[in-house]
Formats: sequence, structure tokens, C-alpha cells
Amino acid sequence: MQTNFSPDQLRDPELAESNTILRTCVHCGFCTATCPTFVLLGDELDSPRGRIYLIKDMLESGGPATEPVVRHVDRCLSCLSCMTTCPSGVHYMHLVDHARTHIENTYRRPLPERVLRSVLALVLPRPWLMRLALLGAGVARPFRSLLPGKGMMAQRLRALLALAPRRLPPPSAAQSPQVHRAEGKRRGRVALLTGCAQQVLAPEINEATIRLLTRLGIEVVIPRGMGCCGALTHHMGKHEPAMAAARANLAAWSAEAEGEGLDAVIINTSGCGTTVKDYGFMFRAEPEPWRGRAERISALAMDVSEYLSRIGYAPTRPAPALTVAYHAACSLQHGQKITVEPKALLRRAGFTVVEPAEGHLCCGSAGTYNMMQPAIATRLRERKLANLAARRPDLVAAGNIGCITQLSGGDFPLVHTIELLDWMAGGPAPASLGPLLAARAA
Amino acid sequence: MIALPEPKAEVLARRDDIVAGLRALLPADAVIAEPERLRPYETDGLTAYRQIPLAVALPSTTDEVAAVMAFCHREGVRVVPRGAGTSLSGGALPLADAIVIGLMRLNRILSVDYADRVAVVQAGVTNIGITQRVQEEGFFYAPDPSSQLACMIGGNVNMNSGGAHCLKYGVTANNLLGLRIVTVEGEIVEIGGAHLDAAGYDWLGLLTGSEGQLAIVTEVTVRILRSPEGARAMLAGFRANEVAGACVDAIISSGIIPVALEFMDRPAIHACEAFAHAGYPLDAEALLIIEVEGSVEEQDRLLGQIRTICERFDPVSLRVAQTAEESAAIWKGRKGAFGAVGRISPDYLCMDGTIPTSRLPEVLGRIGAMSREYGLQVANIFHAGDGNLHPLIMFDANDPASMHKAECFGADILKLCVEVGGCLTGEHGVGVEKRDLMDVQFTPTELDQQRRIKSAFDPGWLLNPHKVFPLAAAAA
Repeated sequence: MQTNFSPDQLRDPELAESNTILRTCVHCGFCTATCPTFVLLGDELDSPRGRIYLIKDMLESGGPATEPVVRHVDRCLSCLSCMTTCPSGVHYMHLVDHARTHIENTYRRPLPERVLRSVLALVLPRPWLMRLALLGAGVARPFRSLLPGKGMMAQRLRALLALAPRRLPPPSAAQSPQVHRAEGKRRGRVALLTGCAQQVLAPEINEATIRLLTRLGIEVVIPRGMGCCGALTHHMGKHEPAMAAARANLAAWSAEAEGEGLDAVIINTSGCGTTVKDYGFMFRAEPEPWRGRAERISALAMDVSEYLSRIGYAPTRPAPALTVAYHAACSLQHGQKITVEPKALLRRAGFTVVEPAEGHLCCGSAGTYNMMQPAIATRLRERKLANLAARRPDLVAAGNIGCITQLSGGDFPLVHTIELLDWMAGGPAPASLGPLLAARAA
Repeated sequence: MIALPEPKAEVLARRDDIVAGLRALLPADAVIAEPERLRPYETDGLTAYRQIPLAVALPSTTDEVAAVMAFCHREGVRVVPRGAGTSLSGGALPLADAIVIGLMRLNRILSVDYADRVAVVQAGVTNIGITQRVQEEGFFYAPDPSSQLACMIGGNVNMNSGGAHCLKYGVTANNLLGLRIVTVEGEIVEIGGAHLDAAGYDWLGLLTGSEGQLAIVTEVTVRILRSPEGARAMLAGFRANEVAGACVDAIISSGIIPVALEFMDRPAIHACEAFAHAGYPLDAEALLIIEVEGSVEEQDRLLGQIRTICERFDPVSLRVAQTAEESAAIWKGRKGAFGAVGRISPDYLCMDGTIPTSRLPEVLGRIGAMSREYGLQVANIFHAGDGNLHPLIMFDANDPASMHKAECFGADILKLCVEVGGCLTGEHGVGVEKRDLMDVQFTPTELDQQRRIKSAFDPGWLLNPHKVFPLAAAAA
């Protein structure tokens, strides 16, 4: 596609990168069809091709972002379904990331929105603050319908409170910095990203990961100094906080990699995985040692399902007759192109695996999207739940805490894939399956 | 460069009133009028031509379409219909004084009747959406343009779209039973029905391929077919484009009709392989994808016959897909081929001429020669069995000289198609792209006859008036 940047603009490495991406797009329009917001809203401005055009215009003009552009870019889930569809290989993710940074730097949002975004950016990446906030939200949750107003802000606050769990699990000691020794002969050594929101909302996911990996002979390191991957702030266009979070992780993992060595950096929250795998790009213009570290860590980063497929997994007990609907998280299927492994592992574990129609469409979670765009997120949630229900599963498995939270409260329990794999290889049954299993036993 | 008709100054002057009129008819989010939100609607799949419209209307029902049409008719405002905006001939290119009516919100499948094998769908349903809806019951909708993932059935009707599998099943026109249309005056009219054949004149035949110039299509009744028992694709690689072209002619003239017979040359093979990882032969100069379907015995028999024919042309490789996944990858690459060319060139012009298959070797040779003459690379990806060529001329839109050369090269290819007894467009439509070449194909009298049909439906020439006819003929 034709672009219109001045030679001066193209000296800026960020703009040069975006120009290269735009030049790859031939405007064929394939991406529109698989974009969740286009499917729902039926306006090309809410499709990847429309956004690419809006972003192109905004970047070419060089001026500050305007409200219409912000509106349509904000509605993008960053699910990256368009990147799976695109025959030309347009790197939409890097383009929209650039646009978000440009918006954050040049556009002044209304005050309540600024406050909400700052609070989310402050709280979500910090487990102790998140825990505190959730305890508060838990108290406020029953009163959310009393929140006045029909505006976007009131909707957002109600959505925030609705997402808060009724009961917060106690903190898990397994997630604090330490080394979990391999059982038997050590076959490998990995670092585990324990995540930020996930370790507060569902510590059982990290516990299952650690149990299963150590049982398979893998030493699991929880390095000191590691924290949020940076995705939450990165997707808000808050460049510096995202880079700071990434740097902390790079320092922690590099120390391990350069010390006793690492075979992989394991990530069991696929949203984070997409970002960690992109560290190499994020740090491409940074000075050493960061650039080199980022490249090496991105190459080591692996989703837990990817790693298990590589080292081999086998169940140790017969699986109960359960039909598992596999919900493909966008960050896994589109962001990391991991589509086969989780299903193959679940089948290997002995489950009957089914997939919903429209599996490529996002469930609406998308990081902070379900808090910032509750109306669209709710429609996507309902559509996803209906597609899942049509397959009549006993339970749903997914590889991302965001999706698990978003889809909870439907007619079936939700678990992380790793919890099922751990269960069939000697771990405890996932607690959330309690009622289902009790009903089966009766 | 394509000229657009002069915008009507008096319409431009009433812009605010016209937008206010639209807002009175449609919900708030269904009218787009701010300049920066209009820009993404300035073009379609042919980005070489661009024009920001006066406004965009996004109706959700036939009644809303009718209301907008009646309003535009009353106000003398031109209208450009748009589906998914995937046209490669500029079929959805706006005008400065026109309202773009986007039909993407009419995206519901209204009914499916398996007993009578009929589906009624709104114009904004994607082509593949019909098949996706009926495939679990063992049915499919046959015409399959390569953009079928995104392109919409209303656009298919207006361009009489084809596709890889049309060799056996025919194009859109052969798979339609009825239409619901809105006339330029805003009247809702039903044409045809859920059965063969409609009473009276063949209005369906007239409207199919009318490029949005006669009416707005809002609902389509299509025929759905039983899926075949199975299908298998063979990949045959050859040493030269001309050799592969001769092989196509040999297969077709032997009386075999494969369900699809597709051609890709070296640049296309490499670009598509990078996208689809289909195992295309990277050492071949040209590749044929030949698909047969039916029972296993039928497939084996046909593949055997085709293999014997291919072997006469000294193939570099012959391979039959062994699994459904392999077949899927082969078609993913073929259907994404135009986009995949984006990996090797920032821009392309896609031609759509059709020729008798016996002339394939000669025409491919002459296109190759022209490519060297113009100094522009060409990727050939096309429906060989139908003789429907799609040379993609690669150029750089950031360089105006390159763009001009590409246009001249494209015109020369299309003139060549007409010269050897073919025509300007197989399935993409004339649009704006081939408009000025219409008098290569037609005499003034023939053009005038077509123009009078347009005038009978749309006396004021409000509907997509800048397409199909050379501007002088349109103004006559």
C-alpha cells in the first residue's frame, strides 16, 4: 500500500518500522472477516484494515491523535486474529502498539478515564496491591448495580466490580522466589514467570505447573526480582512502565541463564507469553546488555504446553470420561501460533476434546479490555459461551487466566489446561471441578 | 490514470443538510461524516484509486436501505454500494459527491431449507459464511472466490464472482435463485424465488453482474449443494509457464473436468509457500493445482488419467495430497495468493482477462515478454481451467512512474485477451479499472445498448455511475 512519509519522518526508527509494516499491507480486506469487532459492529473503522488506514493517516500527519482515531483503536482487542488471517504477513501487533504509544503521548483523555487507566496500570501488575484492591472490590461487589449512570465510565466501574472474584484464594507459598527441585534425575532447568494478576486470582495454576514439571524431572526456578511481564501497560501505550517491567524480568532471568543455565523461560499465561516473546523487538534499539538479553530471553520463552510437547508428557492414571471443550486463547492461537499442542496434550491425558465454532474469535477478555470496553466484551463473552455450550462439554480448558476469568460464571467449570494435565499425571483434581466430580460420583 | 466524473457542486454545497437527512433516517453510529473517519472508506481492494465520499451510511435492514435510497433519489445524490470492499476492479470506489451505502451490517442468514437445498441470506453475509452454516449438514455453496473468507454475497452477485471450483459448478449466476433489491427510487422488489426457473423475463440474469449500477441487492436466495464424498488435489510442477499452459489445454480438451484447475508461476509459488507452507514445488517454474472429487474410485480413476496427461509434459514433480490437512494448506496458499504477493511487492495491479484455453501457452509467453519490456515483475495465479487469467503486475505506488507503467502494462494484457478471442473480465468486474478499455471489447452500438439498460433502471445515473462505461459513453 502507498504511504506518505517524509524522508525526515523515516529517520525515526519507530516510524520507519511502521512504514515497512504498512507497505506490506495490500488492502485485500481478508482481515475484516475474522476481526471480532467488525463481526459485531459491521463498520470497517472497527476492523483491522480500517484501523490500519486510520493509524497510517495519524502517523503520516505527525499530529496528535484525535478522538475518532482513539475511539476505533481503543476498540481493538489486540487479539491478533487478523495476523493469523493476513496472507501478506502484516505485523499488525507492532503497528497497533506503535499507535497506542503515539496516542498515549499525544492525546489527552477525559479525567475519569485517565484516572481509571492509571489505577489499573498501578494495581494490576502488583500482586500485593491487586490483592488489596480485590478485597475492597469484594466488599463493594454486591452493591455494583446501585452505581448510578449509563455512561461509559459507570459501565466500566460496574464491569470492574463484576470481575472481582467472590472469594479470594489465600496466597500460595510456592510462588515466592525459590528453587523447586526436580524429582528424580534432573532433565532440565527452567524459570517460571509467575505472573501478576494470575498469582492472586488463581495460584493453583502455578502450583500445578510446578508440580507437573518437577515430577517430570525439571527444576523450576522462581527468580527473585521477576514481576509483571509489562503487557498490561504496554497495551495501554504506557511505554516506559512496560520497558521497566520487562527490564526487571530480563535481569532476573538473565542472571539465572548466565548462572546455572536455563533451558526455557516457562509462561503459563499466554497473554504474557506473547509479550515476553516480543522482548527482542521491544529492545531492538536499546543499548547492550539489554538488547542481547532480550533477544536471548525471547528465544528461550515458551508456553508451558509448547515445553511439555517438547519434553514429552504421559498420564499416569486413567482419565474420567469427561468432554473438555478447548478454548483457544487469542494470545496462544494468534499471538504465538500455538494451536495443536494444548489439544494434543489433553487428548494424550485421556480426555475427549471438542472445539467450539468460531474458535478464532476472542472471548472479550483481552487484558484490560473487559474493563475498558465492557459492552463489546460482554457481547463477545456471551457469543463465546453460546458456542462452547453448543458442544455440550463437561468443562472448558484454556491456557490464559484472562479468558478463564472472563468466561467464568457460565454453565460449566473453567480450568487451566495445565491443571488437567497435572491431575492425570498424579496431581490433585482441580478444585473448581469439585461439584462436577461429586455429581458424577453420586 | 482513471478520471472520475466532476462532482456536482450543488450537492457538495448541501453536504451538511444531506448528512443531517441521513442522520434522521438511521441510528447515530450508522452515519459517518467526519473527514478522518471517512478516509478508510476511500478505496477497496484496488488501492491505486482513491476518493473520499460525501458520507457513509451503514443500514442494518432492507427498510433502512430503502429509506436511504429514497432520500438520495429525492435529493439527487449519487450512491456507491459497498460490501466487504474487496473488489480488485475498484467496484466500491466512491465519488466525492456520493453516499457510500455499506451493506456489512446486513449479515444474517435468514433461512436454510435442506429439503429443497436453498438458503436465503442477507447481502452482507460472507461467501464462506454460507458454507460454514450448512457444512455440518453436508452441504456447501459452490462459487468460491479466493476472497471468500471476507467478500460478501451481495458483492458476488453484483460482480458475478467466480472462483477455483467454478470450473465444475459454474459462477455466481449459475447458483442464484432469487434476489431482494432496492431500486434507485427506494422501492423494495423481489426477483425470482426459491425454485427454478423464475416466471417472466430473466431479471435475475440481468441483475447478476450489474456492478451496483441497476439496484442495491439486500437479500440473496442461493442454491446449496450436497458436499462431494471426498476430494483430492494433485500438485504438478513444470519447467515453464507455457508448458503448464499446454498441459491445461490438454486436460480440458481430453474431456476431463476437474473440480478445480489452478495455475501459479514461480513468484506466486514462492510467496504462497511462505504463507501457507503447503509443500508447493519450489524448483518448478509453474505449478498446476488439479483437484478431483467424488468417491475414492472416481478420484483414483480421474487422477490416473490426469497423471498420464501431465507426464507427457515432462513435469518436475507430481504429488497428490494425502490428508485433509495437506489439501487445506494447498488451498489456503492458493486462496491467499494475492495477499501473499504483498510479501514480495508493496503494490500490485490484478488483471482478470479471460481467454480460450487453447491460447494459454501463447498468451503466457507474450505476458512474459511484456514483463521484460516494461521492466515490471508479474506473478501469474489463475483459474486455468476456465482460461481466466490473473496476472499480478507488481509495482511501487510510492513511485508515480512505476504506477503509470503498471497501468499501461495491464491495459496491454487486457487488449491481448480481447485480441485472442477472450474478454476483459472473468469475474472481478469492469469497475473503474477496465472501464476505459470497454471500447476495445465493444462497438459504440453495443455499448449504447448496455447504457440504455442502465438508464431504464436508473434514469438519473445515480447508482455507481462512474464504473463500467467510459466516461464519454456514460455522459452521452
